[in-house]
Amino acid sequence: MASEWKFTAKEIAERPDLFMSGHRACAGCAPATVHRLVLKATRGPTIATNATGCMEVTSTIYPFTAWKIPWIHTAFENAAANASGIEAALKILRKKGRLEYEHVDVIAFGGDGGTFDIGIQALSGAVERGHDFLYVLYDNEAYMNTGIQRSGGTPLGAWTTTSPAGRKIPGKPQLKKPIADIMVAHEMPYVATASPAFWIDLIKKVRRGLEVEGPAFLHVIAPCPRGWRSDPSKSIEISRIAVETCIFPLWEAIDGEYNLSAPSKLMALRPERKKTVKEYLKMQGRFRHLFKPEFEHLTGKIQETVDRRWQKLLKRCNMP
Amino acid sequence: MNTEKKKGWKEIPMAGVCWVPSTSYLTGDWKIYRPVWDSEKCTRCVLCHLYCPDGAITWKAKTNEMIFNYDYCKGCGICEAECPTNAISMKLEGEP
Repeated sequence: MASEWKFTAKEIAERPDLFMSGHRACAGCAPATVHRLVLKATRGPTIATNATGCMEVTSTIYPFTAWKIPWIHTAFENAAANASGIEAALKILRKKGRLEYEHVDVIAFGGDGGTFDIGIQALSGAVERGHDFLYVLYDNEAYMNTGIQRSGGTPLGAWTTTSPAGRKIPGKPQLKKPIADIMVAHEMPYVATASPAFWIDLIKKVRRGLEVEGPAFLHVIAPCPRGWRSDPSKSIEISRIAVETCIFPLWEAIDGEYNLSAPSKLMALRPERKKTVKEYLKMQGRFRHLFKPEFEHLTGKIQETVDRRWQKLLKRCNMP
Repeated sequence: MNTEKKKGWKEIPMAGVCWVPSTSYLTGDWKIYRPVWDSEKCTRCVLCHLYCPDGAITWKAKTNEMIFNYDYCKGCGICEAECPTNAISMKLEGEP
């Protein structure tokens, strides 16, 4: 791998915004922040492709486009297939000597619906074929674009319009799919998780994912104030607390070797700084019913699940 | 309202290509509160620029100041919540 890219905040601020202003995402949309930060980490000519989702719909309302780079969208399920097609086309152009650039990066963006549920076969196939591209999953934990329906990425106990919280059923009864671990099982060269609150970590991981030869996968948590029923100004804070409660630990797996990233390593070395999941849950209206006396036991169950997955991760990272 | 005549199918680009940059669509009138910047308190950490979902805040290196573009700011308040020195305050739109 090439030498580590070092940068300061002002150097990043001076780079042009490839995801422009004027897109029609809601106020306080963290996925928009994620897109901006990801495109700040590009190393040259880049081609992007989107799965259908919030950011596809809001960034390209005909005839407007928020993308300053070549961009393509075809359908919901095939962001990864698109990316592999682009990469194959670049390969043949280079072979014929019709490509003037040394390297052209391909980034595929997908929401959690387009990755966890609908797009997983295209993604799995593209990774198996070993195309050189970066897949960025911005995870807002439901189908927000069509009106907050549950997806494979929705966590336990969350309210959505298709898993409503009533007197008997407390939101979604199933657990969240561990998608990043599924991608590690593909034995791909680079898998990482990131949070927009820790932007240095996010930008470094994007660059590493682009530099690596072969497919790379980046799972980014992206709070949605509309669907999570949270304050728009707290989007970044929620993504920070998700890391501090170990609900969404940050790690990277290079060739299957797990490594904790700095913000989560702190939580591993100083367990007393780890927050309880209640602090994460109480910031969001979609978990409001969990604080009623009849569903109190569910917060305990969520904490248990988080602790179990955290201990499993620590074991994989060879941490005490 | 936009009164100019819309283009027909013969004039627009083929295959549904979007050709107008989104910066020509102003989202500034969505906001209720607008961020007001205090140059004295600001340390130019540029976190507001990095966290802004709309790219409405830019850092001008020449004059070392943060520029708030109210044409695109949707007034979410992320910049105020994340500012480490409280140099940004949210004011109701229309107030001085």
